[in-house]
Amino acid sequence: MHIGLQHYLAVSMILFCLGLLGVILRRNLVVIYMSLELMLNAANLALVSFSRFNNKLDGQVLVFFIITVAAAEVAVGLALIVALYRKRQSAHVEDLTSMKL
Amino acid sequence: MKHELFPWLILFLPLLSAAVITLFTLRNKTVSSLISIGAVVTGFALTCLFLSTNTFHPTVTETTVNWLAIGNLSIDFGLKLDALSLMMMLIVTGVGGAIHVYSYGYMHDDRSMARFFASMSLFTFSMLGIVLANNFVMMFIFWELVGVSSYLLIGFWFEKPSAGDAAKKAFITNRLGDFGFLLGILMVWSLLGSLNFGVLNGIVTANPAALGCGATLAGLLVFCGAMGKSAQFPLHVWLPDAMEGPTPVSALIHAATMVAAGVYMLCRTLFLYDHAALQVIAYIGGFTALLAALMAVQQNDIKRIIAYSTLSQLGYMVMAVGLSGPTTAMFHLTTHSFFKALLFLSAGSVIIGMHHEQDIWQMGNLRKKMPLTFLTFFIGALALCGVPPFSGFYSKDAILALALEEKNYLLFGVAVFVAALTTFYTFRLFFVVFFGQEKSKEAAHAHESPLVITLPLVALAVLSVVGGFIGVTNYYGYQFGATHASLTVLEQLTHPFHDVFPMLCGLGAVVIGLFLAFTFYKNAATDPLPAKLGALSRWMANRFYFDELYEATVIRFHDLLATASDWFDRWIIEGVYIGLIRGGTDLSGRALRLVQTGNLQTYAFLFVFGVALLLYFVLVK
Amino acid sequence: MEAINNLISGGGVENVLFYVFAALTLLCAVLVIANPFSRSPVTSAMFLVLTIISMSGLFVLLHAFFLAAVQILVYAGAVMVLFLFVIMLLDLKEEARRKIKFFGLIGGLVSVGSIFTIFIKSLTHNYFEEFASSSKIPSPKIEGDTIALGKLLFTQYTLPFEIVSVLLLVAMVGVILLSKKKLE
Repeated sequence: MHIGLQHYLAVSMILFCLGLLGVILRRNLVVIYMSLELMLNAANLALVSFSRFNNKLDGQVLVFFIITVAAAEVAVGLALIVALYRKRQSAHVEDLTSMKL
Repeated sequence: MKHELFPWLILFLPLLSAAVITLFTLRNKTVSSLISIGAVVTGFALTCLFLSTNTFHPTVTETTVNWLAIGNLSIDFGLKLDALSLMMMLIVTGVGGAIHVYSYGYMHDDRSMARFFASMSLFTFSMLGIVLANNFVMMFIFWELVGVSSYLLIGFWFEKPSAGDAAKKAFITNRLGDFGFLLGILMVWSLLGSLNFGVLNGIVTANPAALGCGATLAGLLVFCGAMGKSAQFPLHVWLPDAMEGPTPVSALIHAATMVAAGVYMLCRTLFLYDHAALQVIAYIGGFTALLAALMAVQQNDIKRIIAYSTLSQLGYMVMAVGLSGPTTAMFHLTTHSFFKALLFLSAGSVIIGMHHEQDIWQMGNLRKKMPLTFLTFFIGALALCGVPPFSGFYSKDAILALALEEKNYLLFGVAVFVAALTTFYTFRLFFVVFFGQEKSKEAAHAHESPLVITLPLVALAVLSVVGGFIGVTNYYGYQFGATHASLTVLEQLTHPFHDVFPMLCGLGAVVIGLFLAFTFYKNAATDPLPAKLGALSRWMANRFYFDELYEATVIRFHDLLATASDWFDRWIIEGVYIGLIRGGTDLSGRALRLVQTGNLQTYAFLFVFGVALLLYFVLVK
Repeated sequence: MEAINNLISGGGVENVLFYVFAALTLLCAVLVIANPFSRSPVTSAMFLVLTIISMSGLFVLLHAFFLAAVQILVYAGAVMVLFLFVIMLLDLKEEARRKIKFFGLIGGLVSVGSIFTIFIKSLTHNYFEEFASSSKIPSPKIEGDTIALGKLLFTQYTLPFEIVSVLLLVAMVGVILLSKKKLE
């Protein structure tokens, strides 16, 4: 069967949902962050496949930017996690509920 | 100045004075008192002027301003000027003026003299309003205003708890009467369709059966108002307690004017009462007279004795109205206002002389220390007892004759007996206070009062002497259709001698009372009656336990009602309703709070959920 | 064997490779989030690296060559190394077992399930069938090689490019500030 747009989109969707599951169900902060990266990757895949099947390169340029921004974001985010760990001595998400009403 | 304006001016000057004093001059005692006195005296002068321009022949005039018109109910604000109202105006402004001048001296050392005069002016305004009213609603409004002024004046020394209580008692008892009055007014309006006295009078005289079967009830309900205001049984309990107010207040309000308002109102609305209602009125009046006279016999406070005497005389007046003698009733009202005000003011002079001691058993031999007061008091006492040729003799004799004419022997007997009692307790007071030994050191140091106090006494004494034959009955005769033609002075002087029997009975009663009082109380150091009469004396002194009766029944019921309402409010309304609302808000708050867990993942999941919903609504729908 | 032959005759090796890489990606993704053998974050990081590499393969299949390279270089090379550095720095141990919150579990599954359902529904919509059969979806013929991408990037997307470079600077400054022990 010819591999079409749907196949790639299906993969992207499943990846996205897996990442979402990781964000919601895992309790370690770093692992949650990694699942977030998974979601970003799923978006990248969708963009590239759309770009391919529309015969335009704009999607790929956008993915380029996304990768760059993701890198910057990871740097800052991890710095935050380090600072938080230093403060709270825990990377468990249930210990970080000081915004609880 | 147009003469038609005079009555409006007379009515509104005291109101203006009250307003000015309250707003501007409360701190300045002298200016306030002068404003108030000026308003009343001007009113008196204007009344005399008005009368003189009408050459003393009263013509019936009315001036009306339409105030409120709702559907077919039209309430006016109008002044009715006929013989009845003009005579009352003279009394209110004249006697009132004398009392205002007297108060200047009496209240001179009081801190709140300005407030006193403001209340007095308010009272004068309200009383004039009642007198001049030409329809029921206006009269009712001023009726209530008089109640308010009375409350303010009785409770003038409000720092004393007894004064506050007395003021409340007066107001509430009056309100009870006014409730009946209002019901009566409503009945009259619904049965006859108008509220104006002149119109109503016309309707009823043209068609005597206009009121139908509700006639007696309407009449009695309206009489309730008079019962409250004129302190008839069973609403008489407020008048003796009202003596907590300053003496000028007692003189003005509870002798001359406010209590007379009830009798005045009865005469005004005479057309309403059918035979049955009049009978009831007469008997209530007679009973009140008897009851009050009995209570007065054993009282020991000088003002209370005079207060009970007022109650008794009011009973006489109401009895006279009930016996279809409005002229007689108004005549007695006029003379009574003279000599009762005189008695109260003399008592006030005595009280001042005794440095505010009011127990008669602390006084004695004051005739040497206060000769002028002694003389005026003596004149007042003689007038009250009905000794010729003083004014009281003529008016009382007229009432006795009226009772005989109407063939009501029971009431005649009661009236004669009460005359005897009146003489007895009046002269009991007289002898104990002015004769005998000094019973305390205040009595030994008493002195005569200043001129500003004694001058009004003299004026009122003169009136008490000549009031019987200066033409008062003629004047009232114009109003009520005199059975005799206008009498000259000489004819009035000798009028009672035409009907010998009632006159002799009255004089006999006076002699008996005087003799008994002389025997018991000349040179008495203490009261000999309790020993002689035992239990009866105790009952009389305790006012026949009416207050205690009312307290046990009415007050207790009222308290129960209040407690029940409080319980309902606290538990049902506050507990259930407010509790429900409070609980509901609390619960919903708690429920919403569960969303804010502070947990990152909860927020993530809620976020995703929201996005899913959004996508669903955008894509699928 | 037959299936593979069919696949190859249908569309060539590409199809087989697609399935291989897709399966690999998804498998590694699953192992990132739910590893039954080890709950250590290091394991998750390793499997994330593998996922990224598989994705890079998918990019190649989509003729996005430059991006595939960038993905390996930047994502797997820099970002994941950073992750591992931090994990080592903080010396994160295995996630301690705590009581599983039932409500959270259900809530998570429900929300993800709903999103997934929406995705599937949109994918299997008539729209797609129609497109697949017709020739409205253009046949892919563009190549994502470096020159073409570079041309587009430096002419049409110059502004975003510059902005992203500033963003990188800002991120660097932010990281330095955040990781100071105490502010002087």
